[in-house]
Amino acid sequence: MINYVFHLYIGENTARAQAAVSNLRFLCESRLADRYDIEVIDAVERPDLAESARVLATPTVVRVEPEPQLRVIGDLSDHERAAEVLGLPGDLVSGRRP
Amino acid sequence: MTRGGGDGRGEDGTLERLRTGIKGFDEIAMGGLPVGRPTLVTGTTGSGKTLLAIEFLARGILRFDQPGVFVTTEETTDEIRRNALSLGFDIARWEADGRWVFVDASANPREQVLTAGSYDFGALLARIDHAVGQCGARRVSFDSFSSIFTRFQDTGLIRHELVRIAAALKSLGVTLVLTSERLHEYDGLTRYTVEEVVLDNVIILRNVLRDERRRRTVEIVKFRGMPHRTGEWLFTIDPRDGFVVIPLGVMRPFRHASRTRVSTGNTGLDAMLGGGLFKDAVVLLNGPTGAGKTLTALRFACADAGSDESCLFCTFDESHGQLTRNAAGWGIDLEAMEAENRISVVADYPEAVGPEEHFLRLRHAIADMGPARVVIDTISSLERVISARALLDFVIALTSLCREREITTLITTSSGALMTPGAELSGAVELGAVSDVSIMLRYLESGGDIQRAIAVLQVRGSAHDHAIRRVGIDDTGLHIGEPLSEAGKLIPGGAVLAGHPPAAPEGTSED
Repeated sequence: MINYVFHLYIGENTARAQAAVSNLRFLCESRLADRYDIEVIDAVERPDLAESARVLATPTVVRVEPEPQLRVIGDLSDHERAAEVLGLPGDLVSGRRP
Repeated sequence: MTRGGGDGRGEDGTLERLRTGIKGFDEIAMGGLPVGRPTLVTGTTGSGKTLLAIEFLARGILRFDQPGVFVTTEETTDEIRRNALSLGFDIARWEADGRWVFVDASANPREQVLTAGSYDFGALLARIDHAVGQCGARRVSFDSFSSIFTRFQDTGLIRHELVRIAAALKSLGVTLVLTSERLHEYDGLTRYTVEEVVLDNVIILRNVLRDERRRRTVEIVKFRGMPHRTGEWLFTIDPRDGFVVIPLGVMRPFRHASRTRVSTGNTGLDAMLGGGLFKDAVVLLNGPTGAGKTLTALRFACADAGSDESCLFCTFDESHGQLTRNAAGWGIDLEAMEAENRISVVADYPEAVGPEEHFLRLRHAIADMGPARVVIDTISSLERVISARALLDFVIALTSLCREREITTLITTSSGALMTPGAELSGAVELGAVSDVSIMLRYLESGGDIQRAIAVLQVRGSAHDHAIRRVGIDDTGLHIGEPLSEAGKLIPGGAVLAGHPPAAPEGTSED
């Protein structure tokens, strides 16, 4: 059952956008297995969607489900921080360096 | 992300200007903002940045049919709509017409922005680009450019992004106003000095308290490769006209000069002037207290009797009641004239408001009434409250307004520094240069008596009488008599007898 839905807004198909996509997929695979869905939205191709979601920075991840909506900007290269702010399950404390 | 392709250069390679349509601004910018380029408008809180950003778009829509995109990062779109409506700009209607598009980049208070890794502002640029394409925008206001970055902590990244965004905005091919916040009025340029470096065109708005008076100014700090007026220019935020830069001191070339002659209301004086005044003349009448200035001004105001023409009579010296009583003493019924809308008397305390406010009040009165004549009696009263430079600016602004509308204008001055021949103030010379006609009333010592004399010092574009003539005042008015035969002694300046030789009116005449 899918109970995590993410919208990932990317700028152009840059290295940073690629990094954000693979980082988000990695995080979801490792912590949510098959309970997630990711929609990648290119803000340059769909500025109207970026407008209605009021996205400024790219990449931006919006956790649409579950409530409350959460929003993280950046390429998610800092996995632990990304998992924490996106509220992904997992033993975050043990992953943190002393 | 390229659009339009224009870099704002005309065929001859010079940078083109976009007329903003903001009152007075294009004069100081010598034509307007650089086309297709961003201009940074920086100022402290409350300096009028947002209003300028709104007006930039509103005037474009109203006056030039140029659609606009408004990027808001601080205020919500509802707040902007509401503020604009108080100035008579119906943004909601323009949005419905597709002439105004918002890009809402304001912070969502319910949502915290967290960062994880590196990012850029590609989505915002894509949204602006989209909005520009949606309405075919020629103008973009971005309010405020700096605040969007203060929401994000990483200053190193922000600086890099500012450079990138400024470059991307240039490629949009639209003319942009970007606002940015400053902390101090006269200290450094902006919080992010990089903005100054990145942007070629920088304007500072200031809102300072000086001499216990709030003073708003606008200054163009740089306009790359383009001439502009230097220095700080006063502006006001007027509930009727919005953002008004008072280009005091900016004289427009006279495109048109009237050949129509009108009367001064005194046949003797008309004769001295070579047959009355040109309709667009600005007359400076100088004389000490009691020499007959107000009488001459009242006759001037009544000169169109029997026609539909009206006069705006502005007195800084007397109350409405005093002026009415004085006029009655010379057989002029001011109240009856007011009832017939032949004259409108504005009696203001000079101290009541600043010079820019006085100017705006007069401008509104002139616009509403459409007078054929304007009288200011006396301009010297303003000297008490404003500097000589500001007074000169006021006179220049007023006279250029009156000339434009072919209003015959009479300004009286008491024998203050401004008109005294040989006065050390540079303003004296300049005020003379602003006017077309200079008339002097003086007391005269002759055979132990004090008498009055009149001389016409200067009449542009016309021959005139060079004589100093005797003047008599009785209850029917001011009568111009014979030229002075023997050398009486003019009493220079005020009513005090002074030892130095009289002024030589002929010597200063230039016709």
